[in-house]
Amino acid sequence: MPTNFRINGRFVSVGEDTDTPLLWVIRDELGLKGTKFGCGIGMCGACTVHVGGRPTRSCITPISAVDGAEITTIEGLHPEGDHPVQQAWRDLQVPQCGYCQSGQIMQAVTLLKDFPTPTDADIDAVMAGNLCRCMTYPRIRAAIKAAAARSVGQVNHE
Amino acid sequence: MNRPLRSNEELVLSRRTFLISSAAATAVFSFAPPASAANFLPLPDPFKAEGGPLFEPTIWFSIDANGITSINIAKAEMGQHIGTALARILADELEADWSQVRLVGVDTDPKWGPMITGGSTSVWSTYPVFSQAGAAGRMTLIEEGAKLLGVSPQSCVARQGRVESDGRSIGYGEIVRRGDLSRRFNADDLKNLTTKTPDKRTLIGKPTRALDIPPKTKGQAVYGIDAEVEGMLFARPKLPPTRYGSKVLAIDDTAARKVKGYVRSIALDDPSGTVPGWVMVIAESYPAAVKATDMVQVSWRNDETAHVSDKDLQAHATMLIADPAAGAVLNTGGGDVDAAFGQAKSSIEATYTTAGVLHFQLEPVNAMAFERDGVMEIHTGNQAQSFILPVLSKALALPPEKIVMRSYLIGGGFGRRLNGDYSVPAALAAKALQRPVKMILTRADDSVLDSIRSPTVQTLRIGFDADQNPVAMDHAAVAGWPTKAMVPIGLVKGTNGALYDPFSIAGADHWYDMGITRVRAINNDLAQKSFRPGWLRAVAPGWTNWALESFIDEAAHKIGQDPLAFRLARFTSRGINAGSAPNAVGGAHRQANVLRRVAERAGWGRKLPANSGLGLGTSFGQDREMPTWCACAAEVEVDRKTGVVSVRKLWLDIDAGSIIDPDGARAQAEGAMLWGLSMALYEGTDFANGKVRDTNLDTYTPVRISDVPEFDIAFVDSTEVPMGLGEPPTTVVAPAIGNAIFAATGIRLRRLPIRPSDVLDAIAHT
Repeated sequence: MPTNFRINGRFVSVGEDTDTPLLWVIRDELGLKGTKFGCGIGMCGACTVHVGGRPTRSCITPISAVDGAEITTIEGLHPEGDHPVQQAWRDLQVPQCGYCQSGQIMQAVTLLKDFPTPTDADIDAVMAGNLCRCMTYPRIRAAIKAAAARSVGQVNHE
Repeated sequence: MNRPLRSNEELVLSRRTFLISSAAATAVFSFAPPASAANFLPLPDPFKAEGGPLFEPTIWFSIDANGITSINIAKAEMGQHIGTALARILADELEADWSQVRLVGVDTDPKWGPMITGGSTSVWSTYPVFSQAGAAGRMTLIEEGAKLLGVSPQSCVARQGRVESDGRSIGYGEIVRRGDLSRRFNADDLKNLTTKTPDKRTLIGKPTRALDIPPKTKGQAVYGIDAEVEGMLFARPKLPPTRYGSKVLAIDDTAARKVKGYVRSIALDDPSGTVPGWVMVIAESYPAAVKATDMVQVSWRNDETAHVSDKDLQAHATMLIADPAAGAVLNTGGGDVDAAFGQAKSSIEATYTTAGVLHFQLEPVNAMAFERDGVMEIHTGNQAQSFILPVLSKALALPPEKIVMRSYLIGGGFGRRLNGDYSVPAALAAKALQRPVKMILTRADDSVLDSIRSPTVQTLRIGFDADQNPVAMDHAAVAGWPTKAMVPIGLVKGTNGALYDPFSIAGADHWYDMGITRVRAINNDLAQKSFRPGWLRAVAPGWTNWALESFIDEAAHKIGQDPLAFRLARFTSRGINAGSAPNAVGGAHRQANVLRRVAERAGWGRKLPANSGLGLGTSFGQDREMPTWCACAAEVEVDRKTGVVSVRKLWLDIDAGSIIDPDGARAQAEGAMLWGLSMALYEGTDFANGKVRDTNLDTYTPVRISDVPEFDIAFVDSTEVPMGLGEPPTTVVAPAIGNAIFAATGIRLRRLPIRPSDVLDAIAHT
């Protein structure tokens, strides 16, 4: 039985084993390489995508769990890559190696939906699950606050 | 790794009849093509012939007829924004228009010289080469531009990609189109080239945007793990029980054959000895390879290192350190240190240890390999192609010119990818299967294979005269040596004739005036057999300086002196610590300067609440030949009930000479500082049964966003030669924290990482 879902607005039907992690289907079957493999146990956040608008660790999510779901990856966040969070990430020159940053951005986007003007404690609580080995944390925090300020009065693109 | 790039090669200015394919309207970091199987092959050739003249006075850059300046970056991009920094050096001297500059990531070719990105040396070692290359270009463009304008070269200046004279100007692109750019420079000409004085700099030190950042916010940056080629198979290794001494006896893949997409398992035959006992599990997809690997049963014959534990490594180190004949003695100015200790009126001695540290770069090591037209292509992010190419040559029984490594962005290096061991099994599998193979390690595989920062043991001694002046110092350090494991030709001879790894002792050869000084580097041969010791961010000074700066603090307290005053008095800048041009102008006085500055900013001497304390640490970064002067102050609070150390604030002061890219420099300092914090309080793994005990984030716990303290980083304004920045600030954080814990509680902790349980134990014993 194929698994069907929508990803970045496109309908897809995949025939992989239903226990296959969503991450590898996204990367290798659908060719969307922006979502990264880090720890494989859901503890680094590099593989974070949105499933039904919620941040989800795709490395530990079997495709059986997303049948019929709406999925967004970093590539689908904004057609030109100009989501306020992405803009803030560039303005503050957040990424170093960049490997974790798709996941950081995806996590931060949902953080701002839940907490439009987040406190430091909100940021700590929501972002602590995303590891940045280059330790860009101070800039991640600053960029989230900048994006929050920027988003006031703007329509969220997702 | 400290060897600068070729700096005196002959530059040939010649007309070339092809054009760099640079259709991009904006600066693009062109390390690799987009990762799409459909268009991956053939690889775009950066020197694709499209007609049109090209000015290419050196191998390092070219200017086309449209004025596009393409700068070749032979350093690995792994988050340091190195391409941007290096291009700014060249473009500044060239007077290029920055908006017309493109970066080109290069593949392995002998013409680039040693391809090594490590030791924080990239800016420092490339600076002279790129400055001269830029100057040669500028001079030639001025001469030719003057001719085309019909004026004298002396009346011309170059600015923003144009040659100007008396209100008229001509663009670089037009000079390339119309001029004769065939002038040749020999080595002497090059030496006589005048590079700019610091006051004439237009790009160096000015704010800029790193060119590699935008794709990293859109999911468009391409890393090694994203490489794909038509028809490739996936592989995961079944790792043997020991790093070196294992031999495959039998493989049983009965269970694995039930996995959809499983292809086969092969035992690798590796003449280079890099991956002995490896079995590669091959499948049509990566998840299938992962699943099948867990089901494949392999029996091995393995060596005695399968049972080695941390305790064994430490006991072995302690035995070695007690043997005065063990190890190599560094040249630290001579003198009879034993006699000096004999005459000392008092002395202090302490032993410091550190646990192993994982790189835990977030992109697990991976490589894709395939043969094309008799050439083995290896697609992978790597920091030291020059180290691993000879090994690949031996492993594959191919001459080096039949192997090419394609460069990709690296998802975190931190020294892990200086060790290219992971490229060997991918290439061997591709050779054996005659199919493209992409190998990816799972996180746990990556940790087990990691070339960790070796666990270490160090013993330090200082002797004082009757007036409590230090008159003798001894520092012995035992560790596994990365250079011995990976590039033994890089070992250096000590004054006693024994060889040592400079990357496993640097930092102990400090700039303090401590009287007669002995520094001894000792290899832990049991560590060497049990794992492959690695270079890890800050390398030796990440742990030698922890011991040194903690011990200096101990020594100051022993003689009742203020730790700041004690240090400053020892920075005499006399003798070998005077420093010299070009790299160490000012010597120890510059270290004293950053220390004084940081102490002042942190409010050294101010009163703090109970169980809170302020501590200092200072260093010269990675190497006496390339001193980056650093100092840190840490304010901590210790919870006596739980043993938890809370870092309230870190202050950092850095003198790295000229700063090329100010925001990039700050980013490196932030990362290095937080690595220092992470290794002081949060990381570290024991060795058990021949392997690291912690292999994933369930038990290995690097700093998270919620652990980041308040901090304040300052750079010294300087026009001296630019030094490295990626690692040096790491070295000062752990000792500053340890010394702050002592200031807060009176307990001295001599092991990294500092765990709450260690704090509680120490409190219980006071």
